[in-house]
Amino acid sequence: MCIQKLRSIFVAALLFAPGFFAGAQAQEEIRIGAIYPLTGAAASTGLEMRHTLELAADMINNGAKGINMPLAAGGGLPNLKNAKIRLIFADHQGNPQVGATEAERLILQEKVVALIGCYFSNVTATASVVAERNGIPFLNPESSSAKLTQRKLKWFFRTTPHDDLFVHNFYEFLKDVETKKGFKPQRIAILNENTEWGVETSRIQVRLAKELGYNIVESINYPAKSTQLTSEVQRLKASNADLLMQSSYLGDAILAMKTFKEQGFAPKAILANDAGFSDTEFRRTLGKDANFVFSREVWAKDLTTQNPLIKQVNDLYAAKHKTDFNGNSARSFTGLFVLADAINRAGSTAPEAIRKALSETDIPGNQLIMPWSGVKFDAAGQNTLGRGIIVQIQDGEFATVWPFDIATKDLIWPMPAWDKR
Amino acid sequence: MNWDILLQTLLSGILIGMVYALVAVGLSIIYGVMEIVNFAHGEFLMFGMYSSFWLFTLFALDPLLTLPLSALFLFALGALVYRFTIKRIASAPMVSQIFATFGLMILFRGVAQFLWKPDFRTVENSLVSGNIVVSGLYFGIPHLVAAVGAVLATGGVWWFINRTRLGAALEATAQDKEAAQLMGIPSHWMFALAWGLGAACAGVAGVLLSTFFPIFPEVGATFSLIAFVVVALGGFGNVTGAFWAGIIVGVVEVLGGFLIGPEYKLAIVLTLFLLVIIVRPQGLMGRAE
Repeated sequence: MCIQKLRSIFVAALLFAPGFFAGAQAQEEIRIGAIYPLTGAAASTGLEMRHTLELAADMINNGAKGINMPLAAGGGLPNLKNAKIRLIFADHQGNPQVGATEAERLILQEKVVALIGCYFSNVTATASVVAERNGIPFLNPESSSAKLTQRKLKWFFRTTPHDDLFVHNFYEFLKDVETKKGFKPQRIAILNENTEWGVETSRIQVRLAKELGYNIVESINYPAKSTQLTSEVQRLKASNADLLMQSSYLGDAILAMKTFKEQGFAPKAILANDAGFSDTEFRRTLGKDANFVFSREVWAKDLTTQNPLIKQVNDLYAAKHKTDFNGNSARSFTGLFVLADAINRAGSTAPEAIRKALSETDIPGNQLIMPWSGVKFDAAGQNTLGRGIIVQIQDGEFATVWPFDIATKDLIWPMPAWDKR
Repeated sequence: MNWDILLQTLLSGILIGMVYALVAVGLSIIYGVMEIVNFAHGEFLMFGMYSSFWLFTLFALDPLLTLPLSALFLFALGALVYRFTIKRIASAPMVSQIFATFGLMILFRGVAQFLWKPDFRTVENSLVSGNIVVSGLYFGIPHLVAAVGAVLATGGVWWFINRTRLGAALEATAQDKEAAQLMGIPSHWMFALAWGLGAACAGVAGVLLSTFFPIFPEVGATFSLIAFVVVALGGFGNVTGAFWAGIIVGVVEVLGGFLIGPEYKLAIVLTLFLLVIIVRPQGLMGRAE
């Protein structure tokens, strides 16, 4: 009897103790909900982003030696009596419904003051609506669907450039190449896959070509995961295109390059839209056949030679996780710093104060690890100072070749024919 | 319109069509003997590709050299699948059979993803690589080798079924299981043989494809839809029919895609298929029942 009583007291103490301490600490921490794909097909990407977010939070809370970045001195947020950031992760499994439910749970049960996520554009779409309804700021660091900021949400902010802008970058790049190399493509062909991403990209590419005076001679949306791409490549050859713009996931990108080589299709340049072409496997598999391909990117490792901050942060991350930053993780990292900066300036955890501070964000480019001119949101919540970069595979490595002011290597133009390599 | 390109497209279609044919022959044998539609057929092809990839990556053995080994491995896998799964549902309702092979498909994909991750893999710099140019026509050497290999394998299967005693026994079981059994042909062994042979065909096709096609756990799905169309077009259970239907599908897909629009290449193939089914429900070379 006595032992039983003791035991129940002990159990009760165990049950209540964490709650008690959490209650005592609640004043000193800022709870931010992070919704990412932690299981499912994109789990490895999700985990990478989780690691970088944890790194960012750790830098703010405990400091990072020798890194000259605002808020990286450690000791939490100065304007909130050095309150620490606490990330509460939720797994959306790549599912928009789960994303919305988790957003709801984080807001109502975990009492987070802001949300960050979700990588997948379709999950960001549903989760941010929940945040809007509850009046909680939502910061999206890495989803690129242009539609997200066309919704005119009041509580939604996106730091990354979106697809429209990326396509715009292609044409700006071509203008710059024309000035520098005296080459203007006369016949552009488009080869995009036929899911929403590829079709939407084709639409923007064709529209902008018309506006900017480029001539599109062939536009193909091939069925993703085809058994062969011969018909497509024959069409491209027949079109006599001097420049190819391509959007493909990995498997199709590899198959397409092999078919180009086999059929001797060699335009002056191939301008790829990230995705499959940015995958390490693409370069490893194709070896020297992958050379000279251009791809738009959001980040590149060689930028570390341009901006010491990028190198410092990347070294810190690499020491811990044995891998470098990439376009996704660099953007997630930046997203959390932008959010922390806003909360600090707000000097409060009241949602409205954070929202107002976010809308007044003005971070210069040299305080970022991104190749952007800075962070500043427009009325729709879109960062207007972001931009993509163009990389080229040279000797099996990505080299940043555009914008010219941050390029690490000169571009190789035109791409040599297959039998002249 | 440039005749060179048209001819090129036609020839490319024939080459890939020969590989489609081999995949379909395997499916056709299994159906012909047991009247079970094997939804896991594409996964046999996937295992063939992975076997070739691992032998190449771990032991630097070229896919062409390891082809017999992969064929044996797949034969054993097919026979085992029969012994432990299909045998139990051989006389079950059709719905059970469909779910059993469908379940195998999901299981095999899951196993591949678990063991080898969802990454895309490729066999690089095998003996067969590069291309040749003959009077303005381009041929990838891997495609040529795959096509020739597929034709040889299909021919071999045809010879086995039509010219050997064992093949005759298989054919007899396909035509009338009870009568064949009365003649002393053990039907369970024949069924196992059919599954082994069917899986080996898909496996050999997988090895041949592995020299130019990326390898990933879901790769079977890409080819199995085409294989089903080929089998139905050629006539279920008919090796010769599957061979010609494979070439027809390859040509229609590549040439149709080129002329009408690559967006529609599968739609064109399936339209042709529907037309044939309307005119000849038993397929091009199938026996009317």
